[in-house]
Amino acid sequence: MAPGSASSPSPSFPASRPWAAVGTMAAAAAAGPSPGSGPGDSPEGPEGEAPERRRKAHGMLKLYYGLSEGEAAGRPAGPDPLDPTDLNGAHFDPEVYLDKLRRECPLAQLMDSETDMVRQIRALDSDMQTLVYENYNKFISATDTIRKMKNDFRKMEDEMDRLATNMAVITDFSARISATLQDRHERITKLAGVHALLRKLQFLFELPSRLTKCVELGAYGQAVRYQGRAQAVLQQYQHLPSFRAIQDDCQVITARLAQQLRQRFREGGSGAPEQAECVELLLALGEPAEELCEEFLAHARGRLEKELRSLEAELGPSPPAPDVLEFTDRGGSGFVGGLCQVAAAYQELFAAQGPAGAEKLAAFARELGSRYFALVERRLAQEQGGGDNSLLVRALDRFHRRLRAPGALLAAAGLADAATEIVERVARERLGHHLQGLRAAFLGCLTDVRQALAAPRVAGKEGPGLAELLANVASSILSHIKASLAAVHLFTAKEVSFSNKPYFRGEFCSEGVREGLIVGFIRSMCQTAQSFCDSPGEKGGATPPALLLLLSRLCLDYETATISYILTLTDEQFLVQVGLLYEEGVRKAQSSDSSKRTFSVYSSSRQQGRYAPSYTPSAPMDTNLLSNIQKLFSERIDVFSPVEFNKVSVLTGIIKISLKTLLECVRLRTFGRFGLQQVQVDCHFLQLYLWRFVADEELVHLLLDEVVASAALRCPDPVPMEPSVVEVICERG
Amino acid sequence: MEDDAPVIYGLEFQARALTPQTAETDAIRFLVGTQSLKYDNQIHIIDFDDENNIINKNVLLHQVGEIWHISASPADRGVLATCYNRTFCCVLSLDSFGALGKSSAQLFIALATSSDSKVLTCAAVWRMPKELESGSHESPDDSSSTAQTLELLCHLDNTAHGNMACVVWEPMGDGKKIISLADNHILLWDLQESSSQAVLASSASLEGKGQLKFTSGRWSPHHNCTQVATANDTTLRGWDTRSMSQIYCIENAHGQLVRDLDFNPNKQYYLASCGDDCKVKFWDTRNVTEPVKTLEEHSHWVWNVRYNHSHDQLVLTGSSDSRVILSNMVSISSEPFGHLVDDDDISDQEDHRSEEKSKEPLQDNVIATYEEHEDSVYAVDWSSADPWLFASLSYDGRLVINRVPRALKYHILL
Repeated sequence: MAPGSASSPSPSFPASRPWAAVGTMAAAAAAGPSPGSGPGDSPEGPEGEAPERRRKAHGMLKLYYGLSEGEAAGRPAGPDPLDPTDLNGAHFDPEVYLDKLRRECPLAQLMDSETDMVRQIRALDSDMQTLVYENYNKFISATDTIRKMKNDFRKMEDEMDRLATNMAVITDFSARISATLQDRHERITKLAGVHALLRKLQFLFELPSRLTKCVELGAYGQAVRYQGRAQAVLQQYQHLPSFRAIQDDCQVITARLAQQLRQRFREGGSGAPEQAECVELLLALGEPAEELCEEFLAHARGRLEKELRSLEAELGPSPPAPDVLEFTDRGGSGFVGGLCQVAAAYQELFAAQGPAGAEKLAAFARELGSRYFALVERRLAQEQGGGDNSLLVRALDRFHRRLRAPGALLAAAGLADAATEIVERVARERLGHHLQGLRAAFLGCLTDVRQALAAPRVAGKEGPGLAELLANVASSILSHIKASLAAVHLFTAKEVSFSNKPYFRGEFCSEGVREGLIVGFIRSMCQTAQSFCDSPGEKGGATPPALLLLLSRLCLDYETATISYILTLTDEQFLVQVGLLYEEGVRKAQSSDSSKRTFSVYSSSRQQGRYAPSYTPSAPMDTNLLSNIQKLFSERIDVFSPVEFNKVSVLTGIIKISLKTLLECVRLRTFGRFGLQQVQVDCHFLQLYLWRFVADEELVHLLLDEVVASAALRCPDPVPMEPSVVEVICERG
Repeated sequence: MEDDAPVIYGLEFQARALTPQTAETDAIRFLVGTQSLKYDNQIHIIDFDDENNIINKNVLLHQVGEIWHISASPADRGVLATCYNRTFCCVLSLDSFGALGKSSAQLFIALATSSDSKVLTCAAVWRMPKELESGSHESPDDSSSTAQTLELLCHLDNTAHGNMACVVWEPMGDGKKIISLADNHILLWDLQESSSQAVLASSASLEGKGQLKFTSGRWSPHHNCTQVATANDTTLRGWDTRSMSQIYCIENAHGQLVRDLDFNPNKQYYLASCGDDCKVKFWDTRNVTEPVKTLEEHSHWVWNVRYNHSHDQLVLTGSSDSRVILSNMVSISSEPFGHLVDDDDISDQEDHRSEEKSKEPLQDNVIATYEEHEDSVYAVDWSSADPWLFASLSYDGRLVINRVPRALKYHILL
């Protein structure tokens, strides 16, 4: 019944958890010169048992009430629930169980299980009693509550009855009143209908005069609303002469109204919102939408073209154009803002037009947009020569940001994409420009050097040393590169609206800046240097040898350090994901099957000499001779050797130090036979797992061999464990 | 040149214990104690013939157990003390070894019980046979066959105090007083009746949290030999032997365990310590807050530090990185400006003084790193007879005898 006592013996405990084995090694080792600590207490103290038992009792109660699922699920895979011999199972059959016990168990065990059962039954009884005591108060209060409820319900029943009779009386009265009033009610309804009809008629008769008044006052909206209300009625009753007259009057007035609206619309000077209002009214008057739409767009085009023309004028041949930021600002607020308004109004007014209308608008926007872009590009092209990126980037940022609104409105026109494309193009051009600048700087440096070298030596005065020149060149190039990187870096700044576009996140950084700008520059440097090398053959001594010398040194420096520095700099600034901080280092012998190597190497081959008790005291030299000879062939291990800054090297250092410490600790202890075997197991386990972290796995093997050998020496009764057993224990983990 | 070459001697067993024969001031002689759990342990008496560069050895059997520490009496050449582990008496025998494969749970039961077989480190005072005291120069070829035994003078009864870490003799004394460190007890013994009886004169113990254990101790040669310094964990403590009370305490002297310490023989407040943080530190016991100087030359635990007995600028350290390092700590030695002018040279005194004044203190530096060892070096010590000669002992039983480089020797002397 108790899983602890009934469970099958679990021999796999230490082997299935080799780390636990490692942990206990310390305890085993502590059994050295120090006074031995007694065997540890059993892991489960008496206090650990109590909640266990209570839980079990609850489980059985639940089982009884059919709530077994929850508890059963929490339990690790128990015995088969259908097993009739399972005491805790739902299908427990005492007869079968008893029978089984009698058949299978010897007398002693029977006695044991009997006493066990009696003990458990007693425990259950006492548990039940405890439960009853615990819940006694609750039972009493529950009884009280139920009694009180009974009383209350009886009172309630009486009141309900009374309520029912009252309701019946009320219904009766209500029916009588309705019947009395029926007659009058009908008459009143009729009168009210006549009254409403008369009011409508009055409205119709007054309609022409109202309309005229509205038109006169300019309240076109009101007029259109009246017209709309009356239209249908007039249409219906036009066969009656009086209505007909009214309708004719109205039509005349409405025509005049439409004419006036059109007039206003054409004048157009009153701005986009009012135009939109006119169009709306005209539409309500039933004017043809197609025509209005065309007209609307034509007007909008006129306005926007005016904006474009003013922008173009700013571009004009006269040099003092406003700076690019101002230009894009003006373009943004004037043209793009206008376009936005037009698009918004259009979509609102002509939503009924369907895809054809949207298409028309998109074509409109596309056409005007492309003209705007052409202007912007012309302006940006003027900016290309300048060295200051920050203004340009800000201008581009504004430009891009402004275009996001119409981009959202007019997805079909592809304005946002076009804008992004322009920005990208500009960025690429900037990169090219910077590359050119770097090249020019490099050539300038070289020219300076040439001049310095060729300068006639003033008598008694040494020219600047080559080293100095080299340093000058190197530093000036580096500063140029840094300046360029900083300038280009603006394009990817967080607050710039286009920096999160895929191009600027990926390609711009890796392809553009790293490959195009930096690597391209270094390539061109190499080419230049190469051309200097080649030129003497053609031109004959055109290049002073000192310059060649300097260039060679420069290139060497670049090869050893500078390039990696610059690239790292670039990577840091532009690629957020450089990967792991330290790259994988070089690893000797990455053999995956090396883990298969077991300690049999020394367990078998060296066993004879090392710690088999076969040698006699007369020849004690053999042990040392063997280990010394082995040491002769193995390299000295420098435990605290300096590490390189990569993962493998650092880990190797740590592992070396740890193993050396283990070795020293082992040497300070005295081991029993099983202590030695524990060390053997631990070392084998370490060997299985440590090789993958170190640069040279031979190192780990050497150190671990040494640990085991030392443990064997520190053991008065060195009987090593069979290698196969060691393997089995370790592999179970 | 040839004189500077090291002389190497190999023992058959692992060894940790090394001491010069302190009372001997003419011949260069070292005692080495071996560690073997299986065979009878030995004490090798190593005689070094300086003129011929030859080593003579004599072997004494030390049958009671493996030797962890050895020290020689400063008064009597034939008397020495050892700390040793009693050989195993109850090696657990669980014959059903095959059962291990089936149920390794039993392994742990077995391990737990095997830890009960207690190993106690004891200490005893011994006398070597008379004829070996002054070394036998005609060493027989088959010395191992004629190995002689030590005569037990007395046990230092430590049943009440725990494991003996080391035994130190009162320096310059008459060889009657020794101090032994046992777990957290410091015990002062009087040897009576020609050392045949050890009487516990006084004792003190360290109280504190956890298991406190002395690792090492040295007896100061200053203050009339009334001071002893001990190391436990990362702490250094000074004790007055008259009252057995603590005089000073250097807490956290090292980042990790302190392995050894030594007193400057010429400057009464100076002492050196070394430990598992790979450092050697020099202290002025009047100011315990920070070390006077710190050396970081070793790449693993430093097990031993020793001042030269006469020229305290020479400091020897041995470490488990298998190296022995000889350092020249001139700036904190008793001769910071090199050799002092003799008083006889009165005529030149004025000039010398001015010269001396202008001279900068010499730089501290590492004189030499000796790499003859291939295993961890657990003991180094200077010869008591020749101040320019020292021995180092590594775990694989290799004893190396080296000399201070001649150039430095002349620099110090002249």
